[in-house]
Amino acid sequence: MTNAVNENEKLVYEVKGLNLWYGNDQALKDVHLDIKKNEVTAIIGPSGCGKSTFIKTLNRMIENIPVVRTSGEILYHGENIFDKSIRVEELRTRVGMVFQKPNPFPKSIFENVVYGPKIHGIRDKKLLMEIAETSLRSAALWDEVKDRLNDNAYGLSGGQQQRLCIARCLAVQPDVILMDEPTSALDPIATYKIEELVDQLKAEYTISIVTHSMQQAARISDRTAFFLMGELIEFDTTETIFSNPRDQRTEDYITGRFG
Amino acid sequence: MNGTGTEFMKKKTLEGARIPKAASYKIEIDRDRITRRIRKSNWSQHLFSLSTVFALLVLGILLYRIGIQSVGWINWNFLTGKLSIFPEKAGIYGAILGSVWLMLIVVPVTLVLGVATAIYLEEYANKGRVQAFIKINISNLASVPSVIFGLLGLSVFGRMLNLGSSILAGGLTMSLLVLPIVVVASQEALKAVPGFLREASYAMGADKWTTIRKVVLPVALPGILTGSILALSRAIGETAPLVVLGIPTLILKFPQSVMDDFTVLPIQIYYWTLDTVLTPEYANLAAATILVLLFVLFVMNSAAIIIRNKFQKRF
Repeated sequence: MTNAVNENEKLVYEVKGLNLWYGNDQALKDVHLDIKKNEVTAIIGPSGCGKSTFIKTLNRMIENIPVVRTSGEILYHGENIFDKSIRVEELRTRVGMVFQKPNPFPKSIFENVVYGPKIHGIRDKKLLMEIAETSLRSAALWDEVKDRLNDNAYGLSGGQQQRLCIARCLAVQPDVILMDEPTSALDPIATYKIEELVDQLKAEYTISIVTHSMQQAARISDRTAFFLMGELIEFDTTETIFSNPRDQRTEDYITGRFG
Repeated sequence: MNGTGTEFMKKKTLEGARIPKAASYKIEIDRDRITRRIRKSNWSQHLFSLSTVFALLVLGILLYRIGIQSVGWINWNFLTGKLSIFPEKAGIYGAILGSVWLMLIVVPVTLVLGVATAIYLEEYANKGRVQAFIKINISNLASVPSVIFGLLGLSVFGRMLNLGSSILAGGLTMSLLVLPIVVVASQEALKAVPGFLREASYAMGADKWTTIRKVVLPVALPGILTGSILALSRAIGETAPLVVLGIPTLILKFPQSVMDDFTVLPIQIYYWTLDTVLTPEYANLAAATILVLLFVLFVMNSAAIIIRNKFQKRF
């Protein structure tokens, strides 16, 4: 399934035989997938194929839906995230998430960025200011907002709001960043900025991104997973998936024959 | 393309407008029909504004009547004086004080219990049949007649806990009365907090209580406060439960603690209006007291509106 070339690189996630049901509807079927450190893994597939469900399982956000049941294992640095000894609060501190629609809090830009550090116990004002600046710089937003850190986040444009959400996520010092169609609500220029950002961030973070846009997957990811009706059809280097897919269904999808 | 057909003059299309030929139906521009619809639309507007005028008219008449009757009766002595059987000497300071004392019990009790209940039901309780059952019952409780709450207060606080007709007994009874309103209003306010804000917080490793405290409550606060202030203004104007509790009307000693007897503005109004046959001036006193009570309610409602406008978050 994975390309043998990078086999000995450190694995962040090892998904083994993951099944997921919403009530009686099975949304994920026996998914096996590895996510490697400092790589961007794109997850593509038509609407309803389970790609969002999959990414939300990686930080167990999916469990906020009461009817969800899972089976199988997801190893995060070797530990099963479904294990009783792992609490979701710990997992989500290390595995950040950026959502489809920018979702800043109705607070100031500053308060948005330092929300995470604050709830994890950082109180020192100077340190929080430092964190805000570093995170906003990493999210390529600092120059645009440095003079109005105390303004409400809802005064920002959609693209800026999304980068604020990325900064807010970075402030918690995650190991992995999960992105669930982060640019689907944004215009092409804002999308471009987020894509550039993803490219920079992968030096320090491991990123998994769900996207509707195959061009986006091709542009920014190292590996691509193609989902169809809850099944992982093909998972390989992005180059292989887009130039020489093994499965007919993958080819049909990337060439725009359906989806 | 050409919509004139046989009924020319009546049905027209705008010249030059393009209509796809292949369509199996045709939307014609029927000018008469559009005229009728516009007329109907205007009429409904008038009807709605008339309804508003009617409500305002009632308020206007009420204000006019009590305004006329209370002219010359509201003065410093009336607001700060003791009660007296001589109308020209009577003051409502005791009743004002009683209302304030009452609210000192009602406000903390209802806010704490009401918001806590709403948080439990909305954020923690399983969204199953039991929760739905509890919710319906709380809504039902909000429409139970206030006399019945008075009887409950009388038997539980007055008799069982032996609090008599003290401020504490009255305050707790009144709290029970408005508690369901605060719970329902707070529940609605909590429910209106968008899920994506909670998600954002959870995704950063926040636990449930932190998320509620730091994200959900601040966003819901304006709604909670607006609902609560409206509930509290009901508490300030209610009479029946306190009458059932046996709140005295003639208070010559001002209350000093929550265990003292007291009276409130609406009860003062009630008793004065009962005695207008014997002492016609009591009608003027009642009118003046109504004006004071209305003023208090007006201030509270304005506060609710200001809070709502000031803190309302838009997404």
